This record gives sequence, C-alpha cells and structure tokens, in this order.
Amino acid sequence: MRNLQTTSVAPVAKDMPLAGKIPVVSPLARVKDLNVQFRSRDATVHAVNGVSFDLMPRDVLCIIGESGSGKSVTMKSMMRLLPPKKTVMTGEIEVNGHKVLDLSERQIRHLRGAEISMIFQEPMTALDPVYTIGRQITEAIRAHEPVTTSEARRRALELLELVRIPSAVSRLDAYPHELSGGLRQRAMIAVALSCKPKLLLADEPTTALDATVQIQVLVLLRQLQDELGMGVIFVTHDIGVAAQIADKIAVMYAGEIVEFGSARDVLVNPAHPYTRAMLASTVHGQARDADLPVIPGDPADLRRLVAGCRFAPRCGVSKSLCLERAPSLVGVAAHHDAACHLINSLT
Amino acid sequence: MFLVDTTSTATDERDVGGAAQPMLIVRDLKKHFAVRGAAVRSTARVHAVDGVSFTVAKGETLGVVGESGCGKSTLGKLLMHLIDADSGELIFDGGAIGTRDMPLTQLRRNLQMVFQDSSSSLNPRLSIETSIAYGPRVHGASASEAKAKARDLLVRVGLRPDIFAGRYPHELSGGQKQRVNIARALALDPRMIILDESVSALDKSVEAQVLNLLRRLREDLRLTYIFISHDLNVVQYISDRVLVMYMGKIVEIGAVDEIYRRPRHPYTKALLRSRLSSSPDERIKLAPLTGDPPNPINPPPGCRFRARCPHARDLCATAEPVLEDGATGRKVACHFAEELADA
Ligand SMILES: Nc1ncnc2c1ncn2[C@@H]1O[C@H](COP(=O)(O)OP(=O)(O)OP(=O)(O)O)[C@@H](O)[C@H]1O
Ligand SMILES: Nc1ncnc2c1ncn2[C@@H]1O[C@H](COP(=O)(O)OP(=O)(O)OP(=O)(O)O)[C@@H](O)[C@H]1O
Ligand SMILES: [Mg+2]
Ligand SMILES: [Mg+2]
Repeated sequence: MRNLQTTSVAPVAKDMPLAGKIPVVSPLARVKDLNVQFRSRDATVHAVNGVSFDLMPRDVLCIIGESGSGKSVTMKSMMRLLPPKKTVMTGEIEVNGHKVLDLSERQIRHLRGAEISMIFQEPMTALDPVYTIGRQITEAIRAHEPVTTSEARRRALELLELVRIPSAVSRLDAYPHELSGGLRQRAMIAVALSCKPKLLLADEPTTALDATVQIQVLVLLRQLQDELGMGVIFVTHDIGVAAQIADKIAVMYAGEIVEFGSARDVLVNPAHPYTRAMLASTVHGQARDADLPVIPGDPADLRRLVAGCRFAPRCGVSKSLCLERAPSLVGVAAHHDAACHLINSLT
Repeated sequence: MFLVDTTSTATDERDVGGAAQPMLIVRDLKKHFAVRGAAVRSTARVHAVDGVSFTVAKGETLGVVGESGCGKSTLGKLLMHLIDADSGELIFDGGAIGTRDMPLTQLRRNLQMVFQDSSSSLNPRLSIETSIAYGPRVHGASASEAKAKARDLLVRVGLRPDIFAGRYPHELSGGQKQRVNIARALALDPRMIILDESVSALDKSVEAQVLNLLRRLREDLRLTYIFISHDLNVVQYISDRVLVMYMGKIVEIGAVDEIYRRPRHPYTKALLRSRLSSSPDERIKLAPLTGDPPNPINPPPGCRFRARCPHARDLCATAEPVLEDGATGRKVACHFAEELADA
C-alpha cells in the first residue's frame, strides 16, 4: 500500500554541488498555480490550468503531452510572450529571482535574451532572413552589453565555434538561407546563447530535423547545458527525444501537469493512465500486421472544461469518482507524482 | 467512374498489367535546379535528384528516408509531375507516363500526394465537403455524385459527415485536417498515394490513428504507397521496403526488415544508429554522423558520402559507386559493401 501523501512537485537536488556559501540550493525557476486563459468575443480558452513546478539549476526538464495541451503556452508565459490584450494570466512565475508577471515591459525585455532565452521549432522564423548570422548575434550581444562592434564580433565567432559550426569565420557573413537545416538550428542556438542565459526554453527545436542531425543537435545542447551550467525546459512530443535529453519530465494534458518525475520514472514506470496510453501508442518496433493502440475519443475541449478528471472521458479505467472530483498530484514514489484517483489500484 | 466501389470487386478492373507488372517503374530520373551561382551572373545547379531508378510493386509500401535536403520531396513531385524532370522514364502499370498509354490526366487520377502541412494544403474558405468534392467535380462528376463521394470518404477516414461535412479547416484539429487531406487524395479513387511527411506534425496518439487508417485503406482499397518520413520507427512500421537517399542518389534499397537488421551502406548504418531509444538508460553519447553534407551544387566526383565516411579510401574519391544488386533483391551503392558487411 503506497502512502497517499501529497508531495511537493519540487524535486530535491541531492546530487547538486553546493555553490559556495549558499546553504540550500533554491530553484532557478518556479511556476506556481499558473492559469492562462485566452478571451475572445465568442469563447474563453482555458489553455493552462493550475500548473506548478520547480526547475533546479542545471536541470533539464522536458514537457511532453498531446497537441494543444498547453506546453507552448506555458513556455511563452515564462517569457511573457503572449498577446497581453486577450490573455488573462494568474499565478506566479519566478525566474532567477525575478517575478516575471510583475515586471514592466522594459524590465521583461531586458530579462529576455540576458537571463532567459528561447529557441523555436522553425529556425527561419527566429532568424531574420535579411541579416547575416554574424550581424544577428552581434546585435543580440550589444542589446544587452556595452561592448564594441569588434568585441561583439569576436564573441559571435566564439559562439559559432561553441555550437560547432564548421568554418565559423566564413559563416559569420552567411545569410540564414545559405545554411542547411542543421546549421540554421545551430545558428539559432548560438543567437539564443549570446548572452549566456541562465534559463533556456526550447520549444520542439529538433522536430523538423532528420535523425542524424537531430542527435547532433541534442548531444550538442546537452554539452552546452553542462558547460554553461544552464537550466533548460524542453518541449517535445517525441518520447525518444525526451529519453535522450531529460532529467525530469512533466506530462501535460488539457492544460494540467498530470505526471511529474525523473525521466526514468515517467518513461519506464509511467503511473498516470494518460502517460501509459500515450507511450503505448508511440510507434517503436510494434508488429506490422497489427493496429497500433490509440487513445479513444477526442482531445479535451478547452472552451468547456469538464468537471472531475479531464482525462476521464477517454480513460480506460475511470470510475464514477473520476467524473465528479478533480484529482491532484500525489506521490507515486519518492519525487514521482501523478494526478489520478486510482493511482494506488493501478499496477 | 468516380463511384467505383473497389472493395467489393474481386479483381480490380483498373489493373492493366497484371499482378507481376510493377505499379511504378522509375528509370534514371534526374532533376537539377538552376540557382544563382557564387560568381556574378553565373548559374549553378543543385543536383536534387540525380539518376534514380527503382520499382514499386502493386500493393506494397515503399518507405523513403534520408537527410534533409537529399531530394525526397523533389522525387515525390517528379513522380506526380508537379515539376518536370530533366530526364528519365516513368512507367505506371506498364504505361509510359505522358504517352497514349498513360496520359497525364489519367495519371492524376491514379496517383495522388499528401503533404506534411495539414493546414496550408486546405483552402480556408471551402467547407470540408466542398474541398473533398472539388477533384471529382473537376474530373466531370455531377454535383450530387461528388457530394455523395465526399460523404462516403469522410466515413472512410473516420469523420462523421453529419458533424464534419459543413465545417471549415480552422474548426478542425491537426489530425482531423490530415484525415481530410487523405480523403481528398482518395477522391479520384487513386491506385497509388505518395505521403510526404504526412504524419510528422501530429502528436503520437493521433499519429497512431492516422497510421492505422492508412493501413486499413491500403487493404480495403488495395492502395500502393510511397511513404516519405524522417521518423525511422514509423517507416519501419508502415513499409515493406525502404529506399535510402543521400544527396540525390539512392545509396541502399531493400526489404525493411533486412535493412533495419543489417544496414550495408555506411550512411544507412549511421542513420539507423541515430535512432533514439525510448529508454533514458540507452542514451546516445556521440552523434553517429558528424560534419555537414557537401554542397549539393556541383557535387564532387566519386562517392558523395566519402567526406563523412569512416571507411573511405582512395577509390571512393575517383570512382562513383553504382547501386549493385545484392542477395534477396537488396541493392547497395558502396565500393566496399561486401567487405564492410559485418563491420
Ligand atoms: N494566442 C492564442 N489565442 C487563443 N488561443 C490560443 C493562443 N495560443 C494558444 N492557444 C490555445 O491554447 C491551447 C494550448 O496551446 P499550446 O500552443 O500551448 O499547445 P501545445 O501543447 O504547445 O501543442 P502542440 O504540441 O501542438 O504545439 C490550444 O488549444 C491553443 O489553440
Ligand atoms: N525549386 C527549387 N529551386 C532550387 N532548389 C531547390 C528547389 N526545390 C528544392 N531544391 C533543392 O533541392 C534539394 C532537395 O530538396 P528536397 O526538398 O527534395 O529535399 P528533402 O529530402 O525533401 O528534404 P526535407 O527532408 O528537408 O524535406 C535541396 O538542396 C533543395 O534546396
Ligand atoms: Mg506547441
Ligand atoms: Mg521534403
């Protein structure tokens, strides 16, 4: 019989080297009861519904979950990149000591790039096609630091070498369209790292890449994370990518975190019925003459959230209780939580 | 014509050449794109598809994999005649395409393509039903025939017509849009469909639904597929044979089980070793393939993979390897494939 006690989602960093005189390691980023709604004339979309998690320094957290479950919105909230007029945000977001939701527009602009950086799925949207790679990096540096043009250019070269771009000197003067997909992705990472951020937010940065380039970028990201001591939040819907890069994994469904734990706990011993169903439906060497298991029903309608557990209408094991009361995250094991009423009766 | 029920007939009356005649024969297909060169007013040529030959048997699924930019989509568009080839020969069920045996209008009916981006390929101003009925209308079906066909196809792809027929693209999820694209491709009762990254934008459980759908349609409608994808697991699941491309050329082709079990070309080996495990205990520490592909503009002589190949020797710089027949119908384009078989 497991102990049904609510544990904090915050993992204890037992393998963390204690930095200098700071006695306790505090989280690099902390999200507390985040709610994000998009209001329009005809509907309110409840995109994020009470998300809380802590990210320790040097940790790589992967957010996985179905399309529309609120992964990107959670990330954009942390950068405050959502359209202010139609977005209602409540809760707390703290990054490196800054309360993100309370900052002025000027302060948040300074935070972006300097302390938090983001890389996106499609590098062409993040890189400006009319400027050379070198110019984009030097401008990113000079926007945050008072350095000379030549000093900025020297740093830009270092960054291209850091992201292992071959013949970096000549690539400084290349335009984005002159680079291959893999090189563009690395150039975008270079831009994102130009001010040595403490926190890197990566939204499906390898989804458009083929397998050989994808693994190059993932290995590189993990090395850079280690060399620069960054915390990383990485959104993906590829289980293989999460297994390759994550320390911790958060699984989202209908704007909520339904499971949180170490990569091994979540991927090898998944607890939540949604996580289990998602892993089962992922293609990985199943027999070719049989159908793949699928999750029945339709994704949750975020305009009309159901009472109780939001996955219950599609869940293979739900009981009447599940339709009535929303489950909260409870400990399945040490540092492994899931939001399911039936967690103790599932095996 | 458009309402043939291909499921109930025991033999397909559209089958001209018989079972042994490949659905598609591709011979020495080439497409070089002219692009602005490095020197002023010079032009250079991107060797996108550079002498590709293969066959696709009736009812089989041929997976196509390879590095980004190696020419997979260009190959698909050439087969569809969306772009013109520089040279080469295409034969569909025994009829040379573009001749009296297989005029382009007939090819268009027989061969369809589904693209990656499910949203941009649907007209936002047309209802789902109108979108699907469009092809049959253009090819001469009456309005009521075309509408009935559209509703029948919505059922086939698992979308209830009473709910979805009148909806517009922005009212659909990504998976639903991709089903509509598949329904649209099926609207002229094609015999073969080219799927270019058609499930890549979907999340895993929706991807599984669409793959199940594709398998069922393949059986019910006796379809032949060419399935282009970056996802090596999906290619393994859906394909009978697999074609591996590198810089405009086929480097290896054969049965999917054999190639996945024992890849022979050094590029195929690196590609398959880049597959990610779903267990965090089996992480890849070093990328199996490093460096960048050479410039596709006027590629160097010899083997195009040699600059990144751990086994390259002098011969590879001078002589271009040809795609050689191996045992059991497998073909490999590597001078040292035999020697490296167990490397
Ligand atoms: N600016 C916006 N205005 C209105 N609704 C939005 C906006 N941005 C996102 N949404 C909605 O919020 C929900 C969550 O979207 P989000 O982009 O976070 O999903 P996701 O988990 O990143 O999905 P995917 O895997 O497809 O990228 C979706 O229903 C989406 O349609
Ligand atoms: N219209 C065009 N004009 C010039 N070059 C082109 C054109 N279309 C494609 N190319 C070039 O031809 C090569 C092959 O492109 P293609 O789109 O076929 O690659 P792909 O294998 O489908 O790549 P991906 O996996 O990224 O989709 C690339 O070098 C590309 O830049
Ligand atoms: Mg997203
Ligand atoms: Mg392509």
